[in-house]
Amino acid sequence: MLIDHPLLGLRDSSEFIYMGDAKLLNRPNWKSKNSKTKFIDYGYLRKNPAGVHKELWYHEQGDRSWLVVTRNTVTHEILKVELARYLKRKANAK
Amino acid sequence: MKYSGIKVLWEGLRGNMGWKPLWRNPDPKKSYDIIIVGGGGHGLATAYYLAEKFKITNIAVVEKGWLGSGNIGRNTTIIRSNYLLPQNQPFYEFSLKLWENLEQELNYNSMVSQRGVLNIFHSDSQRDAFVRRGNAMLMSGADASLLGVNDLKKIVPFLDFQNSRFPIKGGLWQPRGGTVRHDAVAWGYAKEADSRGVDIIENCEATNFLVKNGRCYGVETTKGVIKSKKVGVCVAGSSSQVMGKIGINLPIESHVLQAFVSEGLKPVIPGVITFGAGHFYVSQSNKGGLVFGGDIDGYNSYAQRGNLPVIEDVCEGGVALMPMIGRARLLRIWGGIMDMSMDGSPIIDKTKIKNLYFNGGWCYGGFKATPASGFCYAHLLATGTSHHDAKDFLFNRFEKGRLIDEKGQGNQPNLH
Repeated sequence: MLIDHPLLGLRDSSEFIYMGDAKLLNRPNWKSKNSKTKFIDYGYLRKNPAGVHKELWYHEQGDRSWLVVTRNTVTHEILKVELARYLKRKANAK
Repeated sequence: MKYSGIKVLWEGLRGNMGWKPLWRNPDPKKSYDIIIVGGGGHGLATAYYLAEKFKITNIAVVEKGWLGSGNIGRNTTIIRSNYLLPQNQPFYEFSLKLWENLEQELNYNSMVSQRGVLNIFHSDSQRDAFVRRGNAMLMSGADASLLGVNDLKKIVPFLDFQNSRFPIKGGLWQPRGGTVRHDAVAWGYAKEADSRGVDIIENCEATNFLVKNGRCYGVETTKGVIKSKKVGVCVAGSSSQVMGKIGINLPIESHVLQAFVSEGLKPVIPGVITFGAGHFYVSQSNKGGLVFGGDIDGYNSYAQRGNLPVIEDVCEGGVALMPMIGRARLLRIWGGIMDMSMDGSPIIDKTKIKNLYFNGGWCYGGFKATPASGFCYAHLLATGTSHHDAKDFLFNRFEKGRLIDEKGQGNQPNLH
Protein backbone atom coordinates (compact mmCIF):
# COMPACT_ATOMS: atom_id res chain seq x y z
CA MET A 1 0.00 0.00 0.00
CA LEU A 2 1.16 3.52 -0.77
CA ILE A 3 0.10 6.28 1.61
CA ASP A 4 -0.19 9.74 0.10
CA HIS A 5 1.44 11.73 2.89
CA PRO A 6 0.15 15.35 2.84
CA LEU A 7 3.70 16.74 3.12
CA LEU A 8 5.89 14.03 1.58
CA GLY A 9 3.78 12.52 -1.16
CA LEU A 10 3.42 8.80 -1.82
CA ARG A 11 5.24 6.70 0.81
CA ASP A 12 5.36 2.92 1.25
CA SER A 13 3.14 1.75 4.12
CA SER A 14 6.05 -0.26 5.55
CA GLU A 15 7.64 3.04 6.66
CA PHE A 16 4.71 3.50 9.05
CA ILE A 17 3.56 2.02 12.33
CA TYR A 18 -0.13 1.23 12.56
CA MET A 19 -2.08 2.27 15.66
CA GLY A 20 -5.67 1.36 14.79
CA ASP A 21 -8.95 3.28 15.05
CA ALA A 22 -8.56 7.09 14.90
CA LYS A 23 -10.97 7.37 17.82
CA LEU A 24 -7.81 7.14 19.94
CA LEU A 25 -7.32 10.86 19.18
CA ASN A 26 -10.33 11.64 21.36
CA ARG A 27 -9.26 10.65 24.82
CA PRO A 28 -12.13 10.91 27.32
CA ASN A 29 -12.00 13.50 30.08
CA TRP A 30 -11.25 11.67 33.34
CA LYS A 31 -13.43 14.12 35.24
CA SER A 32 -16.50 13.52 33.09
CA LYS A 33 -19.50 11.44 34.12
CA ASN A 34 -19.10 7.69 33.56
CA SER A 35 -15.44 8.26 32.82
CA LYS A 36 -14.68 4.64 33.80
CA THR A 37 -17.02 3.25 31.15
CA LYS A 38 -15.69 5.75 28.64
CA PHE A 39 -12.10 4.71 29.27
CA ILE A 40 -12.93 1.00 28.93
CA ASP A 41 -14.56 1.84 25.62
CA TYR A 42 -11.60 4.02 24.60
CA GLY A 43 -8.98 1.48 25.58
CA TYR A 44 -10.54 -1.79 24.52
CA LEU A 45 -13.65 -1.62 22.36
CA ARG A 46 -13.57 -1.08 18.59
CA LYS A 47 -16.17 -0.73 15.83
CA ASN A 48 -13.87 -2.68 13.50
CA PRO A 49 -15.88 -2.00 10.33
CA ALA A 50 -15.70 -3.95 7.08
CA GLY A 51 -15.48 -0.95 4.78
CA VAL A 52 -14.40 2.64 5.35
CA HIS A 53 -12.22 3.01 8.43
CA LYS A 54 -10.44 6.06 9.86
CA GLU A 55 -7.17 4.97 11.39
CA LEU A 56 -3.86 6.21 12.77
CA TRP A 57 -0.56 5.65 11.01
CA TYR A 58 2.72 6.96 12.48
CA HIS A 59 5.45 7.80 9.98
CA GLU A 60 8.24 6.38 12.09
CA GLN A 61 10.79 6.02 9.32
CA GLY A 62 9.96 9.40 7.86
CA ASP A 63 8.97 12.72 9.37
CA ARG A 64 7.47 11.12 12.51
CA SER A 65 4.08 12.68 11.97
CA TRP A 66 0.81 11.04 12.90
CA LEU A 67 -1.60 10.62 10.01
CA VAL A 68 -5.31 9.92 9.94
CA VAL A 69 -5.80 7.62 6.98
CA THR A 70 -9.28 6.87 5.65
CA ARG A 71 -9.06 3.43 4.12
CA ASN A 72 -11.38 0.70 2.94
CA THR A 73 -10.63 -2.43 4.96
CA VAL A 74 -12.21 -4.70 2.35
CA THR A 75 -10.26 -3.46 -0.68
CA HIS A 76 -7.26 -1.77 1.03
CA GLU A 77 -8.03 1.34 -1.05
CA ILE A 78 -6.84 4.56 0.61
CA LEU A 79 -9.42 7.31 0.27
CA LYS A 80 -7.99 10.22 2.23
CA VAL A 81 -4.85 11.08 4.22
CA GLU A 82 -4.73 13.94 6.73
CA LEU A 83 -2.27 15.15 9.34
CA ALA A 84 -3.62 14.23 12.75
CA ARG A 85 -2.33 17.44 14.33
CA TYR A 86 -4.26 19.60 11.85
CA LEU A 87 -7.45 17.67 12.49
CA LYS A 88 -6.94 18.04 16.22
CA ARG A 89 -6.24 21.78 15.95
CA LYS A 90 -9.31 22.26 13.82
CA ALA A 91 -11.45 20.34 16.33
CA ASN A 92 -10.02 22.28 19.29
CA ALA A 93 -10.63 25.63 17.58
CA LYS A 94 -14.34 24.90 17.33
CA MET B 1 -21.16 -43.82 7.89
CA LYS B 2 -18.59 -45.98 9.68
CA TYR B 3 -15.08 -46.15 8.31
CA SER B 4 -12.83 -49.17 8.72
CA GLY B 5 -10.08 -51.02 6.91
CA ILE B 6 -12.53 -53.70 5.87
CA LYS B 7 -14.89 -51.06 4.48
CA VAL B 8 -12.06 -49.55 2.40
CA LEU B 9 -11.20 -53.01 1.01
CA TRP B 10 -14.83 -53.83 0.31
CA GLU B 11 -15.47 -50.53 -1.46
CA GLY B 12 -12.26 -50.99 -3.44
CA LEU B 13 -13.57 -54.28 -4.74
CA ARG B 14 -16.96 -52.74 -5.63
CA GLY B 15 -15.56 -49.80 -7.54
CA ASN B 16 -16.06 -47.35 -4.63
CA MET B 17 -19.76 -46.97 -5.43
CA GLY B 18 -20.98 -47.30 -1.84
CA TRP B 19 -19.60 -44.10 -0.29
CA LYS B 20 -22.25 -41.64 0.81
CA PRO B 21 -22.19 -37.93 1.73
CA LEU B 22 -20.96 -37.38 5.28
CA TRP B 23 -23.80 -35.12 6.32
CA ARG B 24 -27.37 -34.43 5.23
CA ASN B 25 -28.43 -31.19 3.62
CA PRO B 26 -31.56 -30.38 5.63
CA ASP B 27 -33.87 -27.37 5.45
CA PRO B 28 -34.05 -25.48 8.72
CA LYS B 29 -36.80 -26.42 11.14
CA LYS B 30 -38.90 -23.68 12.76
CA SER B 31 -37.15 -23.90 16.09
CA TYR B 32 -34.25 -25.54 17.89
CA ASP B 33 -32.87 -25.74 21.40
CA ILE B 34 -29.62 -24.17 20.30
CA ILE B 35 -28.53 -22.41 17.12
CA ILE B 36 -24.83 -22.11 16.44
CA VAL B 37 -23.95 -19.31 14.04
CA GLY B 38 -20.88 -20.32 12.06
CA GLY B 39 -20.12 -23.73 10.57
CA GLY B 40 -16.36 -23.65 10.89
CA GLY B 41 -14.14 -25.83 13.01
CA HIS B 42 -15.13 -24.30 16.34
CA GLY B 43 -18.87 -24.21 15.54
CA LEU B 44 -18.97 -27.81 14.36
CA ALA B 45 -16.88 -28.97 17.32
CA THR B 46 -19.33 -27.15 19.61
CA ALA B 47 -22.27 -28.93 17.98
CA TYR B 48 -20.54 -32.29 18.26
CA TYR B 49 -19.65 -31.92 21.96
CA LEU B 50 -23.15 -30.60 22.75
CA ALA B 51 -24.58 -33.74 21.19
CA GLU B 52 -21.99 -36.19 22.49
CA LYS B 53 -21.14 -34.92 25.97
CA PHE B 54 -24.20 -32.90 26.92
CA LYS B 55 -26.85 -34.94 25.06
CA ILE B 56 -28.44 -31.91 23.41
CA THR B 57 -29.16 -32.84 19.80
CA ASN B 58 -31.89 -30.43 18.74
CA ILE B 59 -29.27 -28.08 17.30
CA ALA B 60 -28.80 -26.18 14.07
CA VAL B 61 -25.47 -24.95 12.76
CA VAL B 62 -26.06 -22.13 10.27
CA GLU B 63 -23.22 -21.33 7.91
CA LYS B 64 -23.05 -18.43 5.46
CA GLY B 65 -20.91 -20.24 2.89
CA TRP B 66 -20.02 -23.88 2.59
CA LEU B 67 -18.98 -25.94 5.58
CA GLY B 68 -15.48 -25.14 6.80
CA SER B 69 -14.99 -22.29 4.33
CA GLY B 70 -13.38 -19.92 6.81
CA ASN B 71 -10.20 -20.19 8.80
CA ILE B 72 -10.44 -23.95 9.35
CA GLY B 73 -9.74 -24.17 5.62
CA ARG B 74 -6.92 -21.62 5.48
CA ASN B 75 -4.63 -22.11 8.48
CA THR B 76 -1.18 -23.69 8.81
CA THR B 77 -2.46 -26.78 10.66
CA ILE B 78 -0.22 -26.68 13.74
CA ILE B 79 -1.23 -28.14 17.10
CA ARG B 80 0.76 -27.49 20.28
CA SER B 81 0.36 -26.57 23.93
CA ASN B 82 3.39 -24.41 24.64
CA TYR B 83 1.83 -21.37 26.26
CA LEU B 84 3.08 -19.65 29.39
CA LEU B 85 0.23 -18.11 31.36
CA PRO B 86 -1.85 -20.20 33.79
CA GLN B 87 -5.10 -18.93 32.19
CA ASN B 88 -4.01 -20.22 28.77
CA GLN B 89 -1.76 -23.25 29.11
CA PRO B 90 -4.19 -25.72 30.77
CA PHE B 91 -6.76 -24.90 28.09
CA TYR B 92 -4.36 -25.63 25.23
CA GLU B 93 -3.13 -28.80 26.94
CA PHE B 94 -6.76 -29.91 27.27
CA SER B 95 -7.07 -29.23 23.55
CA LEU B 96 -3.97 -31.26 22.72
CA LYS B 97 -5.33 -34.19 24.73
CA LEU B 98 -8.56 -34.02 22.73
CA TRP B 99 -6.53 -33.92 19.49
CA GLU B 100 -4.70 -37.09 20.50
CA ASN B 101 -7.91 -39.08 20.62
CA LEU B 102 -9.80 -37.19 17.92
CA GLU B 103 -9.60 -39.67 15.06
CA GLN B 104 -10.79 -42.60 17.18
CA GLU B 105 -13.59 -40.48 18.64
CA LEU B 106 -14.81 -39.21 15.27
CA ASN B 107 -14.01 -42.38 13.32
CA TYR B 108 -12.41 -40.15 10.73
CA ASN B 109 -8.84 -39.86 9.51
CA SER B 110 -7.74 -36.31 10.21
CA MET B 111 -4.05 -37.20 9.99
CA VAL B 112 -3.10 -36.09 13.50
CA SER B 113 0.65 -36.25 13.22
CA GLN B 114 2.61 -35.62 16.42
CA ARG B 115 6.03 -35.00 14.95
CA GLY B 116 6.97 -32.35 17.49
CA VAL B 117 7.19 -28.58 17.72
CA LEU B 118 10.62 -26.98 18.09
CA ASN B 119 11.07 -23.34 19.17
CA ILE B 120 14.61 -22.18 18.45
CA PHE B 121 16.36 -19.70 20.75
CA HIS B 122 19.33 -17.51 19.95
CA SER B 123 20.54 -15.87 23.17
CA ASP B 124 20.99 -16.53 26.87
CA SER B 125 18.03 -14.38 27.85
CA GLN B 126 15.82 -16.11 25.32
CA ARG B 127 16.97 -19.45 26.73
CA ASP B 128 15.91 -18.32 30.21
CA ALA B 129 12.49 -17.31 28.89
CA PHE B 130 12.09 -20.69 27.20
CA VAL B 131 13.14 -22.56 30.34
CA ARG B 132 10.41 -20.70 32.18
CA ARG B 133 7.91 -21.52 29.46
CA GLY B 134 8.97 -25.17 29.46
CA ASN B 135 8.43 -25.33 33.22
CA ALA B 136 4.97 -23.78 32.83
CA MET B 137 4.19 -26.45 30.25
CA LEU B 138 5.39 -29.27 32.52
CA MET B 139 3.32 -27.90 35.41
CA SER B 140 0.17 -28.08 33.28
CA GLY B 141 0.88 -31.73 32.50
CA ALA B 142 2.23 -31.10 29.02
CA ASP B 143 5.57 -32.35 27.74
CA ALA B 144 8.60 -30.17 27.11
CA SER B 145 12.33 -30.55 26.97
CA LEU B 146 15.24 -28.24 26.40
CA LEU B 147 17.60 -29.20 23.59
CA GLY B 148 21.17 -27.98 23.22
CA VAL B 149 23.00 -27.32 19.98
CA ASN B 150 24.36 -30.90 19.77
CA ASP B 151 20.84 -32.36 20.13
CA LEU B 152 19.56 -29.98 17.45
CA LYS B 153 22.33 -30.90 15.04
CA LYS B 154 21.09 -34.49 15.12
CA ILE B 155 17.47 -33.72 14.26
CA VAL B 156 17.70 -30.49 12.24
CA PRO B 157 21.25 -30.37 10.83
CA PHE B 158 20.27 -27.95 8.09
CA LEU B 159 19.73 -24.92 10.35
CA ASP B 160 22.16 -22.01 10.08
CA PHE B 161 23.79 -22.63 13.49
CA GLN B 162 26.66 -20.17 12.89
CA ASN B 163 24.48 -17.29 11.69
CA SER B 164 26.59 -14.28 12.60
CA ARG B 165 23.72 -12.14 13.86
CA PHE B 166 21.44 -14.79 15.40
CA PRO B 167 23.52 -17.87 16.22
CA ILE B 168 21.40 -20.83 17.35
CA LYS B 169 21.86 -21.72 21.02
CA GLY B 170 19.23 -24.45 21.39
CA GLY B 171 15.51 -25.08 21.33
CA LEU B 172 12.40 -25.83 23.36
CA TRP B 173 10.98 -29.10 22.12
CA GLN B 174 7.43 -30.38 22.54
CA PRO B 175 7.30 -33.89 21.07
CA ARG B 176 3.50 -34.15 21.32
CA GLY B 177 2.94 -31.09 19.13
CA GLY B 178 2.52 -31.50 15.40
CA THR B 179 0.13 -30.98 12.54
CA VAL B 180 -3.38 -32.09 11.55
CA ARG B 181 -5.18 -32.26 8.21
CA HIS B 182 -7.27 -29.14 8.85
CA ASP B 183 -10.26 -29.66 6.52
CA ALA B 184 -10.71 -33.20 7.78
CA VAL B 185 -11.26 -31.79 11.27
CA ALA B 186 -14.30 -29.85 10.07
CA TRP B 187 -15.56 -32.81 8.04
CA GLY B 188 -15.07 -35.26 10.91
CA TYR B 189 -16.93 -33.07 13.41
CA ALA B 190 -19.67 -32.42 10.84
CA LYS B 191 -20.09 -36.14 10.14
CA GLU B 192 -20.42 -37.09 13.81
CA ALA B 193 -22.59 -34.10 14.76
CA ASP B 194 -24.90 -34.86 11.82
CA SER B 195 -25.18 -38.53 12.71
CA ARG B 196 -26.36 -37.48 16.19
CA GLY B 197 -29.16 -35.38 14.70
CA VAL B 198 -27.57 -31.93 14.40
CA ASP B 199 -28.84 -29.99 11.37
CA ILE B 200 -25.97 -28.42 9.46
CA ILE B 201 -27.46 -25.74 7.22
CA GLU B 202 -25.03 -24.41 4.64
CA ASN B 203 -25.45 -21.30 2.47
CA CYS B 204 -27.62 -19.83 5.19
CA GLU B 205 -26.37 -16.49 6.46
CA ALA B 206 -27.51 -15.22 9.84
CA THR B 207 -28.60 -11.68 8.98
CA ASN B 208 -29.87 -10.56 12.37
CA PHE B 209 -30.73 -11.70 15.87
CA LEU B 210 -34.23 -11.85 17.26
CA VAL B 211 -34.12 -9.95 20.54
CA LYS B 212 -36.99 -8.99 22.81
CA ASN B 213 -36.71 -7.47 26.31
CA GLY B 214 -32.99 -8.14 26.31
CA ARG B 215 -33.42 -11.83 25.47
CA CYS B 216 -32.35 -13.52 22.28
CA TYR B 217 -34.85 -16.05 20.93
CA GLY B 218 -33.54 -16.88 17.48
CA VAL B 219 -31.94 -15.61 14.31
CA GLU B 220 -33.11 -14.19 11.02
CA THR B 221 -31.39 -15.95 8.17
CA THR B 222 -31.39 -15.91 4.40
CA LYS B 223 -33.50 -19.10 4.68
CA GLY B 224 -36.08 -17.48 6.96
CA VAL B 225 -36.57 -16.98 10.68
CA ILE B 226 -35.32 -19.75 12.97
CA LYS B 227 -36.22 -19.65 16.66
CA SER B 228 -34.22 -21.16 19.45
CA LYS B 229 -33.79 -21.12 23.20
CA LYS B 230 -30.12 -20.19 22.94
CA VAL B 231 -27.88 -18.76 20.23
CA GLY B 232 -24.12 -19.28 20.15
CA VAL B 233 -22.07 -17.05 17.87
CA CYS B 234 -18.86 -18.69 16.66
CA VAL B 235 -17.65 -16.72 13.65
CA ALA B 236 -14.05 -15.72 14.35
CA GLY B 237 -12.87 -13.42 11.58
CA SER B 238 -16.31 -11.83 11.25
CA SER B 239 -17.12 -11.49 14.95
CA SER B 240 -17.34 -7.69 14.91
CA GLN B 241 -19.59 -7.79 11.85
CA VAL B 242 -22.01 -10.29 13.34
CA MET B 243 -22.13 -8.80 16.84
CA GLY B 244 -22.34 -5.33 15.30
CA LYS B 245 -25.82 -6.23 14.02
CA ILE B 246 -27.12 -5.83 17.57
CA GLY B 247 -24.82 -2.95 18.44
CA ILE B 248 -22.23 -4.82 20.49
CA ASN B 249 -18.68 -3.49 20.06
CA LEU B 250 -16.02 -6.10 20.77
CA PRO B 251 -12.46 -5.82 22.07
CA ILE B 252 -11.36 -7.09 18.68
CA GLU B 253 -9.76 -5.82 15.46
CA SER B 254 -9.80 -7.89 12.27
CA HIS B 255 -6.40 -8.44 10.70
CA VAL B 256 -5.14 -10.43 7.75
CA LEU B 257 -2.64 -13.24 8.27
CA GLN B 258 -0.90 -14.73 5.27
CA ALA B 259 0.17 -18.34 4.81
CA PHE B 260 2.53 -19.84 2.27
CA VAL B 261 3.19 -23.18 0.58
CA SER B 262 6.25 -24.06 -1.47
CA GLU B 263 6.44 -26.57 -4.27
CA GLY B 264 6.54 -30.22 -3.19
CA LEU B 265 9.92 -31.37 -1.85
CA LYS B 266 11.30 -34.63 -0.49
CA PRO B 267 10.80 -35.09 3.27
CA VAL B 268 13.19 -32.71 4.99
CA ILE B 269 11.48 -30.83 7.86
CA PRO B 270 10.76 -33.03 10.90
CA GLY B 271 7.73 -31.56 12.66
CA VAL B 272 7.28 -27.84 13.17
CA ILE B 273 10.20 -25.42 13.54
CA THR B 274 9.93 -21.80 14.65
CA PHE B 275 12.56 -19.07 14.36
CA GLY B 276 13.32 -17.24 17.60
CA ALA B 277 14.82 -14.05 16.18
CA GLY B 278 12.03 -13.17 13.80
CA HIS B 279 8.55 -14.45 13.16
CA PHE B 280 8.72 -17.53 10.95
CA TYR B 281 7.41 -21.06 11.42
CA VAL B 282 7.48 -24.00 9.04
CA SER B 283 6.27 -27.57 8.71
CA GLN B 284 6.10 -29.92 5.76
CA SER B 285 2.81 -31.23 4.46
CA ASN B 286 2.21 -34.85 3.52
CA LYS B 287 2.39 -33.81 -0.12
CA GLY B 288 5.86 -32.38 0.47
CA GLY B 289 5.13 -28.67 0.32
CA LEU B 290 6.69 -26.49 2.98
CA VAL B 291 3.85 -24.81 4.84
CA PHE B 292 5.01 -21.63 6.52
CA GLY B 293 3.97 -18.27 7.86
CA GLY B 294 4.90 -15.36 10.07
CA ASP B 295 3.47 -12.05 11.22
CA ILE B 296 0.06 -10.60 10.45
CA ASP B 297 0.12 -7.67 8.04
CA GLY B 298 -0.67 -5.37 10.95
CA TYR B 299 -3.56 -3.17 9.76
CA ASN B 300 -7.31 -3.73 9.95
CA SER B 301 -8.41 -5.82 7.00
CA TYR B 302 -11.25 -8.00 5.78
CA ALA B 303 -9.61 -8.61 2.41
CA GLN B 304 -8.43 -12.25 2.80
CA ARG B 305 -5.25 -11.24 1.02
CA GLY B 306 -2.18 -9.41 2.26
CA ASN B 307 0.58 -7.27 0.87
CA LEU B 308 4.17 -7.78 -0.22
CA PRO B 309 6.19 -6.36 2.72
CA VAL B 310 5.08 -9.20 5.00
CA ILE B 311 5.80 -11.81 2.33
CA GLU B 312 9.33 -10.44 2.09
CA ASP B 313 9.72 -10.40 5.86
CA VAL B 314 8.52 -14.00 6.29
CA CYS B 315 10.77 -15.29 3.52
CA GLU B 316 13.76 -13.42 4.99
CA GLY B 317 13.08 -15.07 8.34
CA GLY B 318 12.94 -18.48 6.69
CA VAL B 319 16.18 -18.05 4.82
CA ALA B 320 17.93 -16.70 7.94
CA LEU B 321 16.94 -19.85 9.85
CA MET B 322 17.49 -22.44 7.10
CA PRO B 323 19.31 -21.04 4.06
CA MET B 324 18.59 -24.23 2.09
CA ILE B 325 14.99 -23.17 1.44
CA GLY B 326 16.18 -20.13 -0.52
CA ARG B 327 15.91 -22.18 -3.70
CA ALA B 328 12.46 -23.63 -3.05
CA ARG B 329 9.85 -21.93 -5.17
CA LEU B 330 6.76 -20.44 -3.59
CA LEU B 331 3.65 -22.14 -4.90
CA ARG B 332 0.73 -20.45 -3.17
CA ILE B 333 0.02 -17.55 -0.82
CA TRP B 334 -3.31 -16.81 0.76
CA GLY B 335 -4.74 -14.76 3.60
CA GLY B 336 -7.28 -15.31 6.34
CA ILE B 337 -9.00 -12.83 8.62
CA MET B 338 -8.14 -13.07 12.31
CA ASP B 339 -10.09 -11.81 15.30
CA MET B 340 -7.15 -10.02 16.95
CA SER B 341 -8.22 -9.38 20.52
CA MET B 342 -6.91 -6.62 22.76
CA ASP B 343 -4.75 -8.95 24.86
CA GLY B 344 -4.09 -11.75 22.38
CA SER B 345 -6.37 -14.24 24.14
CA PRO B 346 -9.81 -15.54 23.21
CA ILE B 347 -13.29 -14.96 24.61
CA ILE B 348 -15.80 -17.73 25.42
CA ASP B 349 -18.55 -16.02 27.35
CA LYS B 350 -22.16 -14.91 27.73
CA THR B 351 -23.07 -11.52 26.31
CA LYS B 352 -25.14 -8.76 27.89
CA ILE B 353 -28.11 -10.11 25.90
CA LYS B 354 -29.63 -13.12 27.63
CA ASN B 355 -29.38 -16.46 25.82
CA LEU B 356 -26.83 -15.04 23.39
CA TYR B 357 -23.32 -16.45 23.73
CA PHE B 358 -20.05 -15.54 22.11
CA ASN B 359 -16.93 -17.43 21.09
CA GLY B 360 -14.17 -15.56 19.25
CA GLY B 361 -11.04 -13.47 19.51
CA TRP B 362 -8.77 -16.40 18.70
CA CYS B 363 -6.08 -14.21 17.13
CA TYR B 364 -3.97 -16.52 14.98
CA GLY B 365 -4.09 -19.43 17.40
CA GLY B 366 -7.57 -20.70 16.69
CA PHE B 367 -6.85 -23.94 14.87
CA LYS B 368 -5.00 -25.73 17.68
CA ALA B 369 -7.80 -24.68 20.04
CA THR B 370 -10.60 -26.20 17.94
CA PRO B 371 -11.49 -29.24 20.11
CA ALA B 372 -11.17 -27.48 23.48
CA SER B 373 -12.94 -24.39 22.18
CA GLY B 374 -15.83 -26.56 21.01
CA PHE B 375 -15.88 -28.50 24.28
CA CYS B 376 -15.75 -25.43 26.53
CA TYR B 377 -18.30 -23.53 24.43
CA ALA B 378 -20.62 -26.55 24.54
CA HIS B 379 -20.15 -26.60 28.32
CA LEU B 380 -21.10 -22.92 28.54
CA LEU B 381 -24.12 -23.31 26.22
CA ALA B 382 -25.39 -26.43 27.98
CA THR B 383 -24.79 -25.54 31.63
CA GLY B 384 -24.61 -21.73 31.62
CA THR B 385 -21.28 -21.83 33.43
CA SER B 386 -17.73 -21.63 32.12
CA HIS B 387 -15.67 -24.79 31.77
CA HIS B 388 -12.83 -24.97 34.28
CA ASP B 389 -10.13 -24.63 31.64
CA ALA B 390 -11.80 -21.62 29.97
CA LYS B 391 -12.97 -19.80 33.07
CA ASP B 392 -10.81 -16.72 32.43
CA PHE B 393 -11.79 -16.14 28.78
CA LEU B 394 -14.41 -13.56 29.78
CA PHE B 395 -15.48 -10.19 28.39
CA ASN B 396 -15.12 -8.47 31.75
CA ARG B 397 -11.40 -9.18 32.05
CA PHE B 398 -10.70 -5.93 30.20
CA GLU B 399 -12.60 -3.71 32.63
CA LYS B 400 -11.38 -5.71 35.63
CA GLY B 401 -7.75 -5.44 34.54
CA ARG B 402 -7.31 -9.21 34.33
CA LEU B 403 -5.86 -9.26 30.85
CA ILE B 404 -4.37 -12.52 29.59
CA ASP B 405 -1.51 -10.92 27.73
CA GLU B 406 0.73 -13.82 26.72
CA LYS B 407 3.12 -11.55 24.85
CA GLY B 408 3.00 -8.55 27.19
CA GLN B 409 2.15 -6.06 24.47
CA GLY B 410 -0.80 -4.23 26.00
CA ASN B 411 -3.99 -3.31 24.20
CA GLN B 412 -2.55 -3.22 20.70
CA PRO B 413 -4.04 -6.08 18.69
CA ASN B 414 -1.57 -5.96 15.81
CA LEU B 415 1.33 -6.74 18.16
CA HIS B 416 -0.11 -9.95 19.64
